[in-house]
Amino acid sequence: MKIAAENLDVYYGEKQILHCMSMAPKEGSLIGVIGPNGSGKTTLLKTLSNTLKPRAGVVYLNGSKMSDLKSREIAKNLAVVSQDTSVGFDFTVYELVLMGRTPHIGRFEKEGWADRDIANAAMRLTNTVDLKDRLITTLSGGERQKVVIAKALSQEPNVLLLDEPTANLDIKNQIEVMTLIKNAVKSRAITAVMAIHDINLAARYCDEMMLLHRGEIYAIGSPKSVLTAENIKAVFGVESIVTDGPADGSIYVVPMATLEKKS
Amino acid sequence: MHSARRFTNWRLTIALLSLILLVVLLLSVSIGPAKIEVQSIFRIILSQLPMSPVTPGHGASTSAEVIILLLRLPRALQAALIGASLAVSGVVIQSLFKNPMADPYVVGISSGAALGASTAILLGLGGLLSIPVLAFTGATAAAFIVYNIARTESGVVAETLLLSGIAVAYFLASITSFLLYTAGEALHQIIFWLMGGLWASSWPKIAVITPVFILSFVVLQLFARDLNALLLGEEPAQHLGINVDVLKKIILVSASLLAGVSVAFAGTIGFVGLIIPHVTRLLVGPDHRVLLPASALIGAIFLLTSDIMARTLLAPAEIPVGVITAFFGAPFFIYLLKTRRRNL
Repeated sequence: MKIAAENLDVYYGEKQILHCMSMAPKEGSLIGVIGPNGSGKTTLLKTLSNTLKPRAGVVYLNGSKMSDLKSREIAKNLAVVSQDTSVGFDFTVYELVLMGRTPHIGRFEKEGWADRDIANAAMRLTNTVDLKDRLITTLSGGERQKVVIAKALSQEPNVLLLDEPTANLDIKNQIEVMTLIKNAVKSRAITAVMAIHDINLAARYCDEMMLLHRGEIYAIGSPKSVLTAENIKAVFGVESIVTDGPADGSIYVVPMATLEKKS
Repeated sequence: MHSARRFTNWRLTIALLSLILLVVLLLSVSIGPAKIEVQSIFRIILSQLPMSPVTPGHGASTSAEVIILLLRLPRALQAALIGASLAVSGVVIQSLFKNPMADPYVVGISSGAALGASTAILLGLGGLLSIPVLAFTGATAAAFIVYNIARTESGVVAETLLLSGIAVAYFLASITSFLLYTAGEALHQIIFWLMGGLWASSWPKIAVITPVFILSFVVLQLFARDLNALLLGEEPAQHLGINVDVLKKIILVSASLLAGVSVAFAGTIGFVGLIIPHVTRLLVGPDHRVLLPASALIGAIFLLTSDIMARTLLAPAEIPVGVITAFFGAPFFIYLLKTRRRNL
């Protein structure tokens, strides 16, 4: 188990966001975390990445308690692709991807050929080799997202956390980004946890799904078992039809109408 | 056209800038009311090196020796050191706030240093170190106050930063003004000093500035990679394994040290900390491993050149060097506001 969480209670100030949440995703699988706004998706990711400290419960990274690890130790094993990927200063794509090597390079060391090879491999895996010398500030949203993923991959993580990696992308880029995430997860046996709004995109690419409801796990398992009309109705308050999807064995959710609020 | 056009050979860039600095240093030492031949200048300076076989020579008078060794050389070196200090301070402040508009002035560091230094002058605290120590204290306090006002959970918002920096700077300036109002005899001295100038340069001051500069610079250079990561934001930097809280303190303290010692010995010289990091970034890119040394060199060259202008434009009268840097700096700042608004 590369990453696991046990009975997490997480608060923002006095407001409890996550309630006794546990998870233990399989190694080398892509987990999609879905749920309405405010259900705790981002909070869960921030707790798994050690940005937020749980008030109770433990996060395990490679079997060690996260709270016992130094941030550098964590960064060698866990990379994060956050929602806000804007970079204000003019780094080139290559410089940015190479920054992923930061936790692996000592204070008195320079990055060596091995680091450059790893950065190049990460760019090949994300189809960003052609962008190598471009400035980050001149990239489109889709290109930038791929580059940020390349940076995360050059960290050579066992665990990858992604917060809405396809938000604000057009459909072509959504599919490209999801495909390359899936490829990276499979070819490098990375355990990836991804918060995502687009249920159908998640259903198509994720090995497993977690449906959050008010800071608790409402359902967990294969996309087919999680995405049922009943679950969607209970959590999102939306009537829907679940049909067979375009790909083999996949499913497709068509939202129909919102439920009237019970008074 | 989208690819970066920069000097990518770091060593060559640094070597070239060092050479220019050397030339400007020599120029600064050779320009002045008293005509002294370049040859004798070389002889005088070289004769001071330990174990030097060179003697000042029969051509050089004692007065020339005094002018070079006690007036021009310390002034040139101090100008270079202060220019470098302000530029490096500006670089790391901009990285900390992740905002190209920040500089020691905007975030209140210079005002804090000015208040500390004025207090030292008014209290009549003697000694070489009392002014820089109080200036550093004022600078650090101002930096921490502004930073903590401007930061929110999602980072530092540019507008809040600029506004809180201006507010704190005005507040501190009002206290400085009040001190000036009650200053009496010291008034002239303080105002003269506040305008910024290098006429009071001396070897003992250089002996204070040099270790402060070297220490801060070396520490920052060791954290250059961390500073790069910080440009991505605090959380992304954390995810790269950087202890952001420690890094922020290192930045604030070293920036305050550099700006504090500069303000203490040369008054408030504006805009060096803002323009130089920008110009340098355009030349070498944002990577701190080359940005820090290159900014230090360009800052030194810029302030030396400004000081030469300050001494010569209205010779024999002297313009405060702060007037020169602000004269070039303010239009540049407006230009930045116009062209880089998207970053605000």
